[in-house]
Amino acid sequence: MMKEYQLIVVGGGPAGLAAACKAYESGLRDILIIERDKEAGGILNQCIHNGFGLHYFKEELTGPEYAGRFIDSVRETSAEVLLDTMVLQVTEGDGGVKLVHCVGAKDGYQILRAKTVVLSMGCRERTRGAIGIPGARPAGVFTAGAAQRYLNMEGYMVGRRVVILGSGDIGLIMARRMTLEGAKVLACVEVMPYSGGLTRNIVQCLEDYGIPLYLSHTIVDVVGRERVERVVVAKVDENRRPIPGTEMTFDCDTILLSVGLIPENELTRGAGITMDPRTNGAVVYENMETSLPGVFACGNVVHVHDLVDFVTQESQRAGAAAARHVLEGAADAEGAISVETGGAVGYTVPQKIRVGNLPGKTCDLFFRVRRIFGDSVIRVTAENGEVIAQYPREHMAPGEMEHIMLPKVRLEKAGGKITVSAEEKEENAQ
Amino acid sequence: MTQITCILCPKGCRLKVDEENDYKVTGYSCEKGKAYGRDELMHPVRVVTSTVRAEGGAHRRCPVKTNGSIPRDKMFDAMRLLDGIVLESPVKRGQVVVKDILGTGIDFVATRDL
Amino acid sequence: MYDCIIIGCGIIGAAAAYELSKYRLNVAVLEKGNDVAMGTTRANSAIIHAGYDPEPGTVMARLNVEGNRLAAELAGKLDIPYKAVGSLVLAFDETDLGTIQHLYENGVANGVPDIRLLSAEETLAMEPHLSREVKGALYAPSAGIVSPWEYALALAETAVRNGVELHLDSDVTAIEALPEGGWRLATSSGVYEAKAVINAAGVHSDAVHNLAVKPDFKIIPNRGEYYLLDKSEGTRVSHVIFQCPSAVGKGVLVSPTIHGNLIVGPNAEDVGDGDNTACTASGLEFVMNTARRSVPDINFRDSIRNFAGVRAVSDQPDFIIQEAAPRFIDLAGIKSPGLSAAPAIAIEAAGMLEKSGIALEKKDSFIDERRRVRFSELTPEEKNELIKENPLYGRVICRCETVTEGEIVAALHTPIPPRSVDGVKRRVNAGMGRCQGGFCGPRVVEILSREGKVPPTEVLQDGVGTNLLTGETKMGGRE
Repeated sequence: MMKEYQLIVVGGGPAGLAAACKAYESGLRDILIIERDKEAGGILNQCIHNGFGLHYFKEELTGPEYAGRFIDSVRETSAEVLLDTMVLQVTEGDGGVKLVHCVGAKDGYQILRAKTVVLSMGCRERTRGAIGIPGARPAGVFTAGAAQRYLNMEGYMVGRRVVILGSGDIGLIMARRMTLEGAKVLACVEVMPYSGGLTRNIVQCLEDYGIPLYLSHTIVDVVGRERVERVVVAKVDENRRPIPGTEMTFDCDTILLSVGLIPENELTRGAGITMDPRTNGAVVYENMETSLPGVFACGNVVHVHDLVDFVTQESQRAGAAAARHVLEGAADAEGAISVETGGAVGYTVPQKIRVGNLPGKTCDLFFRVRRIFGDSVIRVTAENGEVIAQYPREHMAPGEMEHIMLPKVRLEKAGGKITVSAEEKEENAQ
Repeated sequence: MTQITCILCPKGCRLKVDEENDYKVTGYSCEKGKAYGRDELMHPVRVVTSTVRAEGGAHRRCPVKTNGSIPRDKMFDAMRLLDGIVLESPVKRGQVVVKDILGTGIDFVATRDL
Repeated sequence: MYDCIIIGCGIIGAAAAYELSKYRLNVAVLEKGNDVAMGTTRANSAIIHAGYDPEPGTVMARLNVEGNRLAAELAGKLDIPYKAVGSLVLAFDETDLGTIQHLYENGVANGVPDIRLLSAEETLAMEPHLSREVKGALYAPSAGIVSPWEYALALAETAVRNGVELHLDSDVTAIEALPEGGWRLATSSGVYEAKAVINAAGVHSDAVHNLAVKPDFKIIPNRGEYYLLDKSEGTRVSHVIFQCPSAVGKGVLVSPTIHGNLIVGPNAEDVGDGDNTACTASGLEFVMNTARRSVPDINFRDSIRNFAGVRAVSDQPDFIIQEAAPRFIDLAGIKSPGLSAAPAIAIEAAGMLEKSGIALEKKDSFIDERRRVRFSELTPEEKNELIKENPLYGRVICRCETVTEGEIVAALHTPIPPRSVDGVKRRVNAGMGRCQGGFCGPRVVEILSREGKVPPTEVLQDGVGTNLLTGETKMGGRE
């Protein structure tokens, strides 16, 4: 009989590393982390800028430093790390054992057995095809993350004169990196009337270098036969349609796309796990367990986070829950409260709460709003319409994740579902 | 009078700083913001992160950072100091790569093992 | 002096090269691009049509039906991804019902096998996601889906394996009739001479013709724009779904691709420039709206790529297959169903060469097979065997399509090795998936650089001049 792991973690990025460490701390010993790259750390290895860890470590670290601390922590546990190995499939075997099918140069194709699995594969970048940018298709159009890998890990410039489409954080960070390395970043173009990135990145990556940010603008044409030669940018109306007559042309050789991230859930779908179309991730319970008992998910594979610190915390919950599943048995799935969204709340994680399974007195709930809010309030309503919790906020934006802690005592009386909504306070409602 | 965006919290207050009038700050909504506006105009500082060439390791570049903030107007000069450097593996996280950048007392240090 | 020079290595040139490589002939192919299948062949609907569209009696009708039969045979021999999924032409009103009746009669006259008319109920039973507005359909089970670039590549590769010379980066700039018969061709890679020339230059076939002979036709390049959707949409339909053809073409189709995606398109727009493969907002919007008439619930949010191809439509109603001058054969104006007809067109061309006095003697040693490893399609045991032999097959480079380093390195050792990231994509599918090369692009660049012994800055995205990287950082002022 082949070895059966207590836990197999799929993906050795920040989520997987934190989940494995916490599972060890919670009592598991036979833990395997499977990572497709040649080293652990995931996308943090190429995020060489600082700004990580302010919440979790209370100090400002770069991506590699943040990853390095967790890689060191894993080394102090009994967890094994299998590098350069790609998981192709997760299936269920007899008696609820999980079968992890993976392939690597060293060990070939193997089917590994585990009592529990943590899915932490992260996310991928939205591409040109996903947003339908018209025009020619010459070389020189990169997703910001791909350009970041070339620049920071391999030491190559992807261009000299750059226009960035989308104001996501990776795009903003790349504007600064490429400028510091001698490129000219001509503009950052955002179709929405607000930026998708953090304010500090707008200031320190664009404003510091005099790079203009065009809100409510988009690329309407790409010109160039071999390599990008120029792009045409136009203002858009409230329906995001280009307004004729507002075109501006930029002579550039490169376009970087920072137009969103999509959780990478092919394995999750393949395992038949229930998905949430709002997050593009699995539907999860309060302990990050998916619809398949014993399979947990955490990090950007569940929903795209704004800060890695929150990935860490979420993954620790998943790691602890996997340990509890192994050591104390499966959680009782009866009587889960379903969390609905209302009033400009885009999604919530978790989507389901089993009150009896909460380890503490509160339940962490994360979500994003779909527009900018000023002075406002987050309301949580029980099934009977009664407001069971309220949280004031001075400011909310789609670029930032919101976090509330729901008291267990309130949830116990909430009925079969609760609704999370956000509203501007009366006095400043427009 | 200069307008800047406060970065201390997600609200992003638009601060106005009057250089002519002892760097008086308006538009803030907290004391921290007021101080930020003044500092940002009087002596703005930044942490700089970049890479240097590396040989013998898993990657051709090793990431580095300034281990403290340096004046914003020294960023490009600081970058130039990294240009000719080649690190040999093994590199340890925290290893000093450039000592005392432009007399600031701040060092460039490696941010990963390589 | 070659016996025959073929100008252009799209599907038509490749098919001609394959056909001629069966004979004891000295053949060269001159291709202006840095790879085969760089024109219309790489950007089209990827359909092997059944053959009910062309009017009976046309060259198109005859060669389409014959080409369809040959495609199935070649796919087996040369390991070309191909599947006869069948096609449906939908009728939405009385006029359309008349049209599909007419197409049915065409099909019967053209010899299309097993073609039949379906009621609305039968149609919807076969394709539950179709619009409820459907009133009936024409069903042709012999229509198929194919990887057009691998089709051309397989033919060209087999030709090269059988002795045909392929000269890439060879743009023909002048053609001169030799006094003693035959032709001299000046190209960007040197001068070539041949007893006979086959013009398979696609959208540029009129220009090539005009270098040698007095003008007698004109190509009117016609662009079609497409959506390619994620595999999550790949089973939305299981047949090729057409609407009734109009004067401008076969209209917008919705079809599974042989790689498991969904393809939607094309529109049809005359463009002056045969190399203008840009997409337009209005064209894509037209395609989306028109396709929804057939399949209302296509989820266009799952689009992974837009592209456009230019068809070599000519001012003639039929294909232009002619000996324009002694031993100068045009295979021109090969619009749709050109991909379907290609192998039949090639046989036609060989026949014309023979008639012109070039003897066709079969080779004894003709290699008529080709195989390549498709790692993702192997069983676990086969995967393990392969990795044991060569660990590079254990390293997955393209996550979306599960393509291994072993497959990429193997492609680099084929008779026509890829010279670019897109060349690798056309051979092994790396970068074809939902992340569109975001993750594997840098790793493919690394492999091309390592295996080709060139610096990464010289690695190309696609054609000459499409360098991905512009320089190195931290070179201490050195560039």
